Amino acid sequence: MEYDEEGTFSIWIMDTFVHILSSSDSKSMIQMFNVSKTYIGEVKVEALKDINLHIKRGEFIFLVGPSGAGKSTLTRLLIREELPTKGQIMVDDRSLLRMREREIPYYRRKIGFIFQDFRLLMERTIYENVAFAMEAIELPANEIRERVPAVLEMVGLEDKINSYPHQLSGGQQQRVCIARAVVNDPLLIIADEPTGNLDPDNSWEVMNILHAINKRGTTVITATHDREMVNRMKKRVIALCDGCIVRDEERGEY
Amino acid sequence: MKLSSMQYAIRDALRSMKRNAIMTIASIATVAVSLLILGSAWLLVLNSEHLTGVMESELEINAYLKQDVTREDALNLRRELEAVDGVAEVVFVAKEDGLKGLQERFGEDTSIIDALGESNPLPDMYSIKAGVAENVPKIAEEVATVSQVETVRYGQGMVEKLLALTRWLRTAGVVLVIAIGLAAIFLIATTIRLTVFARRKAIGIMKLVGATNWYIRWPFFLEGMFIGLVGAGMAIFLLHFFYNQLVQNVVLTLNFLPILQEETLIYNVYKYLFFIGTFLGAVGSAISLRRFLKV
Repeated sequence: MEYDEEGTFSIWIMDTFVHILSSSDSKSMIQMFNVSKTYIGEVKVEALKDINLHIKRGEFIFLVGPSGAGKSTLTRLLIREELPTKGQIMVDDRSLLRMREREIPYYRRKIGFIFQDFRLLMERTIYENVAFAMEAIELPANEIRERVPAVLEMVGLEDKINSYPHQLSGGQQQRVCIARAVVNDPLLIIADEPTGNLDPDNSWEVMNILHAINKRGTTVITATHDREMVNRMKKRVIALCDGCIVRDEERGEY
Repeated sequence: MKLSSMQYAIRDALRSMKRNAIMTIASIATVAVSLLILGSAWLLVLNSEHLTGVMESELEINAYLKQDVTREDALNLRRELEAVDGVAEVVFVAKEDGLKGLQERFGEDTSIIDALGESNPLPDMYSIKAGVAENVPKIAEEVATVSQVETVRYGQGMVEKLLALTRWLRTAGVVLVIAIGLAAIFLIATTIRLTVFARRKAIGIMKLVGATNWYIRWPFFLEGMFIGLVGAGMAIFLLHFFYNQLVQNVVLTLNFLPILQEETLIYNVYKYLFFIGTFLGAVGSAISLRRFLKV
């Protein structure tokens, strides 16, 4: 925590101010106000510099930029794994800075996460992998039994329910990962290079599923290097470079 | 924590124990050994205390009379002994009665008595009880000055030695148990650390989907507690077996030795061992979780 005792009052003032600003627009999903993140190690790294960002509920966002541009830092801030060095972040009209440690797990239940490397549990079946996300937040067993097959059907894997991840193709594994991310019905999905390890056909299938999820009202943020995909989807594109937003276009290109 | 979550936690703990079978067995064995030592020391101390108590309650001064004192003189001595300050009770034990008492104490093992044949080496004796235990040395001194008395014996030195032995057993036991207990905790912590490492992917996913810290921690705690519990179970089983053997042997061959057979007291020791085992396991897990599970 970079803020010291004397800083807490100014945070409070800023929170109040931000709250007045944000409550005028209840459709906000994410708001960032002058967010900076500096890592102090052997060398000082300014990963994000004075970012201002507003993402509405139900938007589909591509986050693009070269490696080291700050995409990962941005996602780490959004899942409240780290706190910004400066600035304020509101997600679903709640300040991430004022969130208590024990509230973090409950906050994360609003977010679904999709990884480039899938991160499936190899010794568990597809069904168990998806059910795992529901077990972890202690949902009742009958709810799990009903919802897991439904979600697997949505991603087109209803016939792979008892397979193990290694028996599936990369594209199928990524669909399992998507199923796991949406099974708890999140408000926001953050996908970190979801098509990074996939061939074009599978990439399209994955993107279409994400698009379908977005159509039902879930906000989707996808960090990607896939130029062709971004250009064809015609969605909002936010380009990061050296920790700054260098471009933010509706229906943009890579 | 919900019941279904507890089921998952137990399932995960058992899976981890199976995966790290060798480490798990080593940890269980260490817990078992440390608790076995603790239990043995504990039972020894209890017995030693018991023995001290028995000896203290039986503490009496035996004044053996000279062989040439006639029976009449011996009986007349009673009044003189009763007059000594602090004496509560005086009992005359004739040499024939003394021999009978000896026979009773040895029970069926008659070979020693038989070896005496018809002769009786025992002298007449007065058994003197003091009102207060502290007066025993003073009374003994005065009784010794009576001309018909050959020697005076009382168990004072024995009691002191026993008390010293009890103290020593207690300290040695505690030191040993602390050393081995620490080793047990260390091994459990290492085992849990391996589990944390093996399950780091699942832990990462749990954190991201919003599992509470305690949901994540429980399986590891359970694993540690299982190790402690099973170790304690083994220690108790072995201790019970060996102690029963010991009791049987003592009753058969050295039955004048008052070995403790009170079940509630012994079961109490077992109960504490059980709790200590579980506690060791929980502490081991806690140390490992603090260091390696950043949740």
